[in-house]
Amino acid sequence: MNQQEALQVVLDALGEFNQIHRRDQPVPPAPDTRLFGPGGHLDSLNLVRFVFLVEENLQRRTGKSVALTDERAMSQRHSPFISVTTLADYIVKICAPNSPNS
Amino acid sequence: MSEPAVSTSNSGPANRPPEGDVPVTLITGTRKGIGRYLAEQFVAKGHQVVGCSRQAPDWSAPNYLHICCDVSDEPAVLQLFATIRQRFGRLDHLINNAGIASMNHCLLTPVDTVRRVLDTNVVGSFLFCREAARLMQRRNYGRIVNFSTVATPLKLEGEAIYAASKAAIVSLTEVLARELAPFGITVNAVGPTPIETDLIRSVPKDKMERLIARQAIPRYGTFEDVLNVIEFFLSPRSGFVTGQNVYLGGV
Ligand SMILES: NC(=O)c1ccc[n+]([C@@H]2O[C@H](COP(=O)([O-])OP(=O)(O)OC[C@H]3O[C@@H](n4cnc5c(N)ncnc54)[C@H](OP(=O)(O)O)[C@@H]3O)[C@@H](O)[C@H]2O)c1
Repeated sequence: MNQQEALQVVLDALGEFNQIHRRDQPVPPAPDTRLFGPGGHLDSLNLVRFVFLVEENLQRRTGKSVALTDERAMSQRHSPFISVTTLADYIVKICAPNSPNS
Repeated sequence: MSEPAVSTSNSGPANRPPEGDVPVTLITGTRKGIGRYLAEQFVAKGHQVVGCSRQAPDWSAPNYLHICCDVSDEPAVLQLFATIRQRFGRLDHLINNAGIASMNHCLLTPVDTVRRVLDTNVVGSFLFCREAARLMQRRNYGRIVNFSTVATPLKLEGEAIYAASKAAIVSLTEVLARELAPFGITVNAVGPTPIETDLIRSVPKDKMERLIARQAIPRYGTFEDVLNVIEFFLSPRSGFVTGQNVYLGGV
């Protein structure tokens, strides 16, 4: 999966998240939107809701189940969940052919 | 990074299911025993029931869909939930009934038996809770009921792994109740006393009778006793009841 495709996966999931959970205050669907941590739009509970929409979307596209919050994600020096772009980058990384996840 | 802890600020599980068609109820281990009885009862109450077991059942019912699936086989479980999503688009209730026991002294228990009991009772219940919650949270409503047993508090000798696996279920129930409350989902457990099914057939009769004598009400349990507690947990009015484990017979 390339960066553009991964970005689309995240943005689609964000659109779905807004539909279900944030009709009144949607999270801006843009690459530089901050997700979790300082200045982020999601608290920990909404991060859980959002991440699994991303996982579902990824599974629909790739036909494989991908865990975005396994030990590898938790042990990254920089959290993959800071922004839409960092999450897309992380998806590219774990979907790479030589990744143990793929 | 720090693990995303689940926030505790929430208004808790809803007291009313979202408007819609008939409730969809998933019950594991429905080929026989308590699971079969529950499936038939909820069909009779007008639910769409989905059941599963490793072997195919020799019975069927209207509005009952059976899917052959080992509860500890993750790909098969994911497929089962994909089917529920496609066919019904929602899930209201999960009853995690499938379970196995193994009567043996710990000195004589092979590790394969240990793994099988833990896989079915603990891993299976966990997988179904996780996948059910993923479906239920979309409508911010759900009820999950797990199965514990009085063998745990009564410290039934010969059932060390079974009792330990069900102790894990009580703990799982208590923690998931907290993690899933913000998603409108309650998680509770029912702990039956001995009920005459295949599960306890290998336990010597005198051992069973000594166990039953330690209950406040010393008799075998019935399927109806279990149904009664489950109906209370599933009730839309039980939205403020979560993280509880009810032992039957006054244990
Ligand atoms: N009976 C009692 O005295 C008693 C007391 C306390 C608690 N409980 C609990 O009540 C629950 C039901 O027990 P029961 O007495 O009805 O047992 P049972 O008569 O032995 O029936 C067990 C059911 O679970 C299914 N099952 C077993 N392993 C499975 C697996 N890996 N994947 C999918 N399905 C599986 C079986 O079908 P297949 O073989 O086709 O898979 C069967 O339909 C269990 O959780 C048990 O621990 C029972």
